[in-house]
Amino acid sequence: MLSKHCKTCKRSLLVSAPIISKYFSLHRKGITMANQSSELAIEQLKKLLREKEELNGVATAKIEQLIVELQGCHPNPIEPADQRIIDGFTYFKLNNFNKNPELYDRLAKGQSPKFMVFACSDSRVSPSVILNFQPGEAFMVRNIANMVPPFNQLRYSGVGATLEYAITALKVENILVIGHSRCGGISRLMNHPEDGSAPYDFIDDWVKIGLSSKVKVLKEHERCDFKEQCKFCEMESVNNSLVNLKTYPYVDREIRNKNLALLGGYYDFVSGEFKLWKYKNHVTEPVTIPLKGLDMTI
Amino acid sequence: MAIPSSISDPFASKFLPLSSSSYNPSRISVPAQITAKIEQTHLTALRRSQCSSLKASMGSPGFTQQLNNSKLDTLAEVKDGRDDIFNDLKDRFLSFKKNVYMENPEQFESLAKVQTPKFMVIACADSRVCPSNILGFQPGDAFTIRNVANLVPTFESGPSETNAALEFAVNTLLVENILVVGHSCCGGIRALMGMQDDGSTSFIKSWVIHGKNAKVKTKVSASNLDFDHQCTHCEKESINHSLVNLLSYPWIKEKVENEELSIHGGYYDFVNCSFEKWTLDYRGTKLEENGRIVTKNKVFWS
Repeated sequence: MLSKHCKTCKRSLLVSAPIISKYFSLHRKGITMANQSSELAIEQLKKLLREKEELNGVATAKIEQLIVELQGCHPNPIEPADQRIIDGFTYFKLNNFNKNPELYDRLAKGQSPKFMVFACSDSRVSPSVILNFQPGEAFMVRNIANMVPPFNQLRYSGVGATLEYAITALKVENILVIGHSRCGGISRLMNHPEDGSAPYDFIDDWVKIGLSSKVKVLKEHERCDFKEQCKFCEMESVNNSLVNLKTYPYVDREIRNKNLALLGGYYDFVSGEFKLWKYKNHVTEPVTIPLKGLDMTI
Repeated sequence: MAIPSSISDPFASKFLPLSSSSYNPSRISVPAQITAKIEQTHLTALRRSQCSSLKASMGSPGFTQQLNNSKLDTLAEVKDGRDDIFNDLKDRFLSFKKNVYMENPEQFESLAKVQTPKFMVIACADSRVCPSNILGFQPGDAFTIRNVANLVPTFESGPSETNAALEFAVNTLLVENILVVGHSCCGGIRALMGMQDDGSTSFIKSWVIHGKNAKVKTKVSASNLDFDHQCTHCEKESINHSLVNLLSYPWIKEKVENEELSIHGGYYDFVNCSFEKWTLDYRGTKLEENGRIVTKNKVFWS
């Protein structure tokens, strides 16, 4: 943690030379970040020594001292959770952010994602991983069992707010709802209340959005075992969410204007497969019944 | 746009083989419309020209597969102008499957049976701030909820998707850390700060009102700043208020008291690419009479 520096490092901060203070932050990074960063810090300091010939003896000595400390520093132990986040952010910054300055410059000013994605909160199904969405590509909502409730102005404002923002402000072109295998939320929906277990405070209220899919699956696949029924329900619930999406007036309007497409997906991490389909609501062109040749005298 | 070649990944020991050649960083940001312009990238090579017809056996986790050197034409073409989207999504998944899923069969096999994430992350739905990208969470690491402005409503406010996810993560998955991640230029916070009491309703208003305490506090302590800076202040204030709201859930409070669960706040600034993180100091916060939150282990990386 940054707040617990090596005492020797803190003492060196007291030197007023601007060059030293500029590279002190690099030194702090070197202590707390993964190997990649401390090597970078050492490299930068060595480069400074090589290139800045006008450094006086004091500054040179201090920089050499910093290099030694970075190389042999034993910082106070960092919490594993914090270290995990440090490593992740460092990797992103060095290998992605810093290498794509034009993109991130543009993204800093605004976002214009083509996709809106609904996915489950399950730790195994992040769409950024399985579909490689990079920053700026997908406005992403994650909740239990990737559900979209029907339009209801009195409740479900969380989902409503995301749709309102995505359609009216961001003008996304595609909404993709992704279900997945072994979904705990769907399993609960299928299990409860028949299993007689005590109700949860909030989970049961949420998953019952998918009740119509449960009814449908129990009817159409009543001979299947529970696991298979859950699998059918995971996919049926995606379709239920797609149907619910159309109940939002602005979603319906954009679909009619052909500005928006609704897509369904299913990620099966047991078999390593991905299913993709479209929700189509097709109205054919009218056919004119000809009047020619008809006897009009009735 | 510079696209790096294979780089050794700090997560090599967890998911990826140590030799860098097999991990192609297809997580490099290349918006779909620019892909075609870039000639020599791993991304292009993976998605278009390589053998891509992959079959995995159903059910058994043995993952016997065949790689055919045929082009991607197994998916029936959809003839209404959305072909590109289908092809794009198809390529995306196949690139994940080839470079990550099939390179780590044991890890995915065990994940298929059960997930045991250490983190629950609450982040904004903003396309620029996915925790998997910016914090490198891999499959199995973090149970994630994403909503507008990464807000946590109070226990008393009734059922919502956020607290359903909290209930599952804390009581069933038994996560050890909850991390609320806010970010710069948040549209939801901006809407909260700019909200007028003019009687009009919208979903956005009904949702961001959960952050109203942060707005009140910001208006009091940052009234001398311009609107943009007030929004930045509110973005951070709102994270702390969400942390306090987490404690309104009895089962969360109990676990925090017993030190089975830690609550953290994080702030990602994508203008300067920096990340701040802090932990809620529960004992310190309890002792404060004025409702102020006390934090510890504050860190800043840039």
